[in-house]
Amino acid sequence: MQPTELIIALQNKNQAALKRIYDMYSANVYGIVFNILKDETLSEEVVQDVFVKIWNNSSSYSEKKGRFFTWILNIARNAAIDKTRSKNFKNSSQNLTVDYFVDILEDKTNFSSKIDSIGIKKYIETLEPLCKKVIDLLFFKGFTQKETSEELDIPLGTVKTRNRICIDKLKQVLEI
Amino acid sequence: MDIKAYIASGILELYVYGSLSEKENAEVYQVLQKYPEAIAEVERIEQSLQQLSGALAPEQSDHLFSKIESKISLENSTVIPIGQKRNNWTTYIGWAASVALLIGLFSQVNKNRVLRDKIVKNQIEQQLLEGKINVAEEDLSNTKAILSVLRNKDILQVPLQPQQVDPNAYAAVYWDKENEKAYIDVAGLPTPPPGKVYQVWSLKLNPLTPTSLGTLDTFTENDTKIFSLANPNDSEAFGITLEPEGGSASPTLEMLYTLGTVTS
Repeated sequence: MQPTELIIALQNKNQAALKRIYDMYSANVYGIVFNILKDETLSEEVVQDVFVKIWNNSSSYSEKKGRFFTWILNIARNAAIDKTRSKNFKNSSQNLTVDYFVDILEDKTNFSSKIDSIGIKKYIETLEPLCKKVIDLLFFKGFTQKETSEELDIPLGTVKTRNRICIDKLKQVLEI
Repeated sequence: MDIKAYIASGILELYVYGSLSEKENAEVYQVLQKYPEAIAEVERIEQSLQQLSGALAPEQSDHLFSKIESKISLENSTVIPIGQKRNNWTTYIGWAASVALLIGLFSQVNKNRVLRDKIVKNQIEQQLLEGKINVAEEDLSNTKAILSVLRNKDILQVPLQPQQVDPNAYAAVYWDKENEKAYIDVAGLPTPPPGKVYQVWSLKLNPLTPTSLGTLDTFTENDTKIFSLANPNDSEAFGITLEPEGGSASPTLEMLYTLGTVTS
């Protein structure tokens, strides 16, 4: 849902609105950031930065430009990618073993109560390898269709439809 | 538009990802305004992506939001003083500028006043000088007139000799008979005491008959000490007496200062 009232309150610098937006989106931000950085301490720093940016730049959001979720997603990705250029990240990233979000989810046992953990687990078990890659690049990393098609060496027209199939499955499993 | 085909194309997923161009975004937004089923699909995609990304998040430390809050209030509390400082800066500059402007204006006004004063002074001086020039020109024309009289061969020159009252006193009469004018030069007479005035007489000797030519009321003021008086008489002598102000009907002979006869 697009939290229109909350967005307006946020744009009016209502701190309670920020708290509710935090409750709604902090896990998403953290998930996106963690998938890029794969380091909890660094990710928590970035999550803080992301919500400070959401607070400071709320006036730049307009519904005409896209979904509020998408706006937050962009801030989160950019902040995390910025962090990958930092010294701290380069030091910590030497031990990285996981490549995709799927690897994180496979190892994970503790989920927030908001998450349909059974559905998610079921989803990644049955997910095609190409779907894993497409979702990782397009959704988590913010690649464009063209960049994705080049990275995965698949036709440009296929990216969009393939992705559609991958997300359809997610909706089915989660019964959304 | 076939909205089902549109949804099936997979564009809405990319819309939620944020991987469309600005132009494509605007087009999708237009479609969403028209088709509720498209919005519903966007909501579903968003919800499933929230589940997926949320599932990735490690367990959050409880104090994470309070850290954000303190950062915000820190930024707010640091932002405000910086803003105030900047305001102060601009205020200072503003005040300084206005003060400078005021000083400038004041000095200009002051300069202006000084210049006006100067102009007024100069005007007064100019008027004085003009007056002086007028006086000088007048003097000059008078002197020229006198000079022309003195040089005129047709004029009778009658020196008036000192009398008992004042042995140093002397005067002269230049008589232009033709024009019936007598020029009285009294440069050799002392300044009359207050309340007294010199009176000039034309005299007939046989019998002695004095006729007044007039009083020299402006004796002190007249620098040339030459007075022009009408003299239509057939004068045989001229005399000057000191008389009470306003003159007398007949000369007070005790106060006869100078006397001279016409020798023609």
